[in-house]
This record gives sequence, structure tokens and C-alpha cells, in this order.
Amino acid sequence: MNTKIIYKHKNHLMLVSLILIVFAFVNYYVTHNKNILEILLMIASIVGLLPILFQAYSALKIKVISIDVLVVLAVLGAFIIKNYEESAIVTFLFLFGSFLEQKTLNHTKKAIKELTDLTPLEAAVLKDGLTVKIPIEEVLVGDLVVVKTGEKVPVDGLIVEGSGYLSEASLTGESIPVSKTLSDQVYASSILDDGHIVIKTTAVLEDTTFGKIIEMVVEAQDKKSRAWQFIDRFSTFYTPVVLIFGLLMGLLTKDLELGVTILVLGCPGALVIGIPVSNVAGIGFGAKHGILFKGSETISDLAKSDVFIFDKTGTLTKGFPEVVEMIAYDSNVDKIKNYYKSLEETQTHPLAKSILNYVGDVSTFEVKDLNVIKGQGIKGYINDKRILLGNQALMDDYQVELSSVLNDIKRFEDKGLSYVILAEEEKVLSVISIGDQLRDNINNDLKRLRQLGVKDTYILSGDNQGAVDKIKDSLNMTQGFGGMLPKDKKAFIDKLVLEGRKVTFIGDGINDAPSLASATIGISIKGGTDVAIETSDVVLMHHDLYHLATAKRLAGKILRNMWQNIIISLLVVIVLLYQVLYNSQMTMSIGMLVHELSILVVILNGMRLLKTNIKEK
Amino acid sequence: MKQMTLQLETLTCPSCLLKIEKGLKRLEGIDKDSVEVMFNSSRVKLSFDDSKLDSNEIQKTIENIGYDVLKTTLK
Repeated sequence: MNTKIIYKHKNHLMLVSLILIVFAFVNYYVTHNKNILEILLMIASIVGLLPILFQAYSALKIKVISIDVLVVLAVLGAFIIKNYEESAIVTFLFLFGSFLEQKTLNHTKKAIKELTDLTPLEAAVLKDGLTVKIPIEEVLVGDLVVVKTGEKVPVDGLIVEGSGYLSEASLTGESIPVSKTLSDQVYASSILDDGHIVIKTTAVLEDTTFGKIIEMVVEAQDKKSRAWQFIDRFSTFYTPVVLIFGLLMGLLTKDLELGVTILVLGCPGALVIGIPVSNVAGIGFGAKHGILFKGSETISDLAKSDVFIFDKTGTLTKGFPEVVEMIAYDSNVDKIKNYYKSLEETQTHPLAKSILNYVGDVSTFEVKDLNVIKGQGIKGYINDKRILLGNQALMDDYQVELSSVLNDIKRFEDKGLSYVILAEEEKVLSVISIGDQLRDNINNDLKRLRQLGVKDTYILSGDNQGAVDKIKDSLNMTQGFGGMLPKDKKAFIDKLVLEGRKVTFIGDGINDAPSLASATIGISIKGGTDVAIETSDVVLMHHDLYHLATAKRLAGKILRNMWQNIIISLLVVIVLLYQVLYNSQMTMSIGMLVHELSILVVILNGMRLLKTNIKEK
Repeated sequence: MKQMTLQLETLTCPSCLLKIEKGLKRLEGIDKDSVEVMFNSSRVKLSFDDSKLDSNEIQKTIENIGYDVLKTTLK
């Protein structure tokens, strides 16, 4: 039990040892009493050594030669040659170093901690007509959970009572609240902006979508890349080599201090900590901005990937029909909108839905003798006037004069858009064009990718070649292939991967699962949904492609940061060993100082990632 | 065989990993290849034979080396 007490007061002991050292030297300059100086420094050494001694003992018990063991050896060595100044300073520096490491390391982990802290801790469960707050761990699937305005939804579930507006920003990055009502699915970590709901629990904690996201990020921090594994293997092999080298040098030169100094300097502290620090800071920073990497290898692959392959519908395009343009051939635009709404309100067709969305909240007329003409459109009477809404064939059947609108129709056809004509008696009032449009700013998003070194961008789509070519040309992409089945897409990707290229595939994650799995990096565009988490190597929480280039840029930064850390730590070890062997001025204290400093330098370098500018350039 | 995940207090020194890993591998009933000590998330994952080893023993081993165990999950 006393071990625990000593660990707990490690920082206090460090402080005591510092005070003793300072007091010892101040006292010496005033009184010039060497004996008191030595005694005080000896006490400081012992105070500082205590926690290190316990750590060393626990390591030796399980036959591990840890840095604590080496420091203890070093201090004992200093005691033997009666150099108390050295022993006091070495122990203090070692304790102070680990104190600073702890503080700064906690900082690098902050971003991920903030994310995990979003996990709800308790839920108001309805039991026998009473609402009881219970810890989240005790909530069972099937329990009824009450959520009030302003509260966080604690579990995944279905609404069984009430309705409200929910903000799902923590999952989708979308800040506009969504309206949800009876039997709609709600997700843990979303916030009820307005309303009062009772939900039936379908998943708790790790099983919720949010829980899976958290779990993915937490696990990602330690998923090692090949470079990381290599450095790990290198350091496990390096420590015993240095140990033997130090012992040999000590024995050969009969210089105990030299031998022990080599031992301390040989501990690959910065080397072991450098990569994890870059990784945790980078992954944490990404997570905070809605970019989730599944591990270190993914980061390295994405940074190097120079082929980006896109699915078309729902990836490059918005994935649902939308009104592109409404042309009015009559000055009374309001009347035209009223007509559209009056007729389309009766329909369930997806095009009707997009037109209704477009005209918005306008008044309607009473429609008489409504008739749906299959494959052509609808006919009805408003204020005793015959109104037609449909395609060219419908207009031809009722002798509507089309000559004045043919130009506009051709323009829409060229763009690959659908269109609907609205006519009053024999006169065309309006033409409205509808299409699955490209995502906003997609051109710019692709341009940013090219600036980051992406050489080839492809579209693979099940749609016809004509539609694919139009998009390919307007976005300056390398090549586009239409009429592709999921297995064709997979074969195309496999071939590129086999050629040794790092391929990134971006799709919707539902019918693209084989492609996502085959690509070096699969990214689903579905935001923070179950599908995306399961199929993607990088999850983008926002439903846009802006963050794709941002993710690539961040990956590049993390990768560079890791290499900087590897180089810094290797250089420090080499320079220090060289100094120990060839520079007689080199003491153990300086060695310890540089060793601890190098660890701090790689941590601080990793922390720079937390200040990455996520916006352009 | 059972799978166990232990959430430890924040690990801050690289040599902690080695200590915990070696300490656990010495236990009878542990699947040595499954022991994974994760530095960034401060977690330990392992599989063990529950007929030979009690899960409390695993927790105690880590605590004896000097690290607090905050949470354990058994599967």
C-alpha cells in the first residue's frame, strides 16, 4: 500500500527535492559551507529517488530493465563516487521531465477526451408511471426514456410519444435541427432543441451509433502503421544493445559514470513516444472537426493517395431531384406557382415533391375533374380553365402551341435535365427543369484535391455514359465510366491497386461496399451513420466533399509530423552518444537534461497539429 | 477463452507499456499473443483462459505494477 502513497506524492517529492537543491546552493553561496551543501544534496537525491526506486523495483520484479532501473543505477553510481550534486540534479530532472511529459501528453489527448465526454451519463427512465434518473449503464434495451427540451438524447431509440426538433450535429455535422415524430429513430448524443419525447430504447452505450463513433476514434489512436511497428521493433531491440554497450564501456574504461550515462541516454524515450504523440494529436484534431481516421496506416495511405475514384449519384451529385430553373412565359408568376402547387399537391411522384419544395408556401386553387394521364402528366380545371401539367406528348395531344418554348426545352435536354410543361388552355405558361444536381462547390473541392497532388480523378457509375461524360467534362476529371455494375467498379479498383497505386474510393457505402473494401482507402459519404462507420477507413461527419481535401491535407501534416519526430529522436540519441564518448565536458546531468528535453520537443512538435489551420492554406 | 479490456489511468511513460505487457505475459492462463497495451487510449486488451485464471488476478497484477484500473469489460 505504501507504494501507492509514494506514487501519489511523486510531484510533492519532486517539489521538495527542488526546494532542497535551491536551498543547498543558496546556503553555499552565503556560508561557503561545503558539508551542509553535500548533506542537503544527498537528502534531495534520496527524496527524489524514492518514487523512482519503487518504479524500478516493480519493473525488476517482472524482469524488465526500465529507464527507472537505469536512473537508479546512475544515481547509485554517483553516490559511490560521492558526486551528490550530480545525483540530486539527475533525479530532479527525471521527475520534472516525467511531470512535464504527463501535462503535455494530457494536452495532446484533450481533443479525444472532449469527444468521449459527450457521452451521456444518465437517462430519465419511465418506470411504473414515474420518471427516475438512472446511470446510463443500467438502462436496458426496451426501456422508455423521457427527453425534455434542451436535453441530450441518452440512447438510440424510437419515438413512442411526442415530437420535436433534434439537432444531430454531433453525428452528421448538420447544424439545422430535424423534425422528428412518432416512430422516428433518434440517436444518442443528439440534442432536443424543442419538444418533449418519450423513446423506446433500441441501443445503449457502445451499441449506439455515437458509441461506435467514439469507439472507432479511441481504437484508432493505437492502430499502428508499418513505420510505427518498425520503430517499436527497433526500440525493443535497441535497449538491450545499449545496455550491453554501456556495461562494456563501464568495464573497459573502469569509468562507472560513463557506463551509467550511456545507459540513461540509450533509453529511446523520444523515439517510442514520437509517433504515438503525432498520431493522437492528429486523430484528436481531426475528430474535433468531423474527420475520423481509423488508424495510423490510413493516415499514411491517404496522405500518399493520388487516385481518387468517385461514385456519381449521391456522391458527386446531391442524390435527389431538385428544381434547377423555372421559366415563366406569363408575367403573373404568383399564379403560375399557385397552379403548380394546386396540381402537384395531389401527386406522390418524386418530381412532384421537388416542385412543391421549390414553389414553397403559396395558396392553392380548387381543382375540378382531375385526371392522371399515365406516362404523360395530369389534366384538371381551375376556374373553368383547362390546365395541363406534363411532358411534350401531353401538350401535343391537346394541341398546345410549343414553338416558343422549344429552345428552352432543348437547352434542358442538353444538360441532361428532366422538365415539365405547364399550360393554360392552348398557351404554355411555364417550363420547370428538374435534375439531380452536382453538389455545391464540387468543382472547387476537386481542384483542392488536385492541388494536394492527386493526379487522377475517375467517375464510376451505373448511369449511362452520356450522363457520366457530361459530369466528367464539367469537373475536368481524368476519365468517366458509365454502365458499371458494382463488380465492374471493384475490378477497376483492384487493377489500380495491383499496379501499386494508393486508391481512394468515395461512395455511398450501400451498394458500393465491395469497392469501398477493395480500395486502399474507402470513404462513405454517409456522415456519421452505421453504414459509414462500418465501411469507411475515413469517416467524414459532414455530408459534403469539402472535408475530403481537408482530410487529405491533415493526413499529410500528421505523416510529416511523425517523420519529424522520428528524425528528432534519432538525431538526439546519436549526438548524445557521440558527446558522451568524445566530449569530456559531458556530464550525466546534461545528458539527462537533453534526454528529457528531446521527449518534450517531440510532444510539443506533436501538439503543433492541434493548431492546424483547417480552412484553406 | 474470454476477452478482457481494461481502461487504465492515463499512461504517460513509454516504458510503462513494456512493464505492463511483460507483467501480464507472466501470468498463467493468458494468451500471450493477445496482450495489447495501448499507449494513447491507455487501454489493455487480452484474452485469457478463465478456467485457469481469475479476471481479478489480471487487474491486481496491473495495480501491483503501479497503475490504477478504472474500468474492466469482459466478453
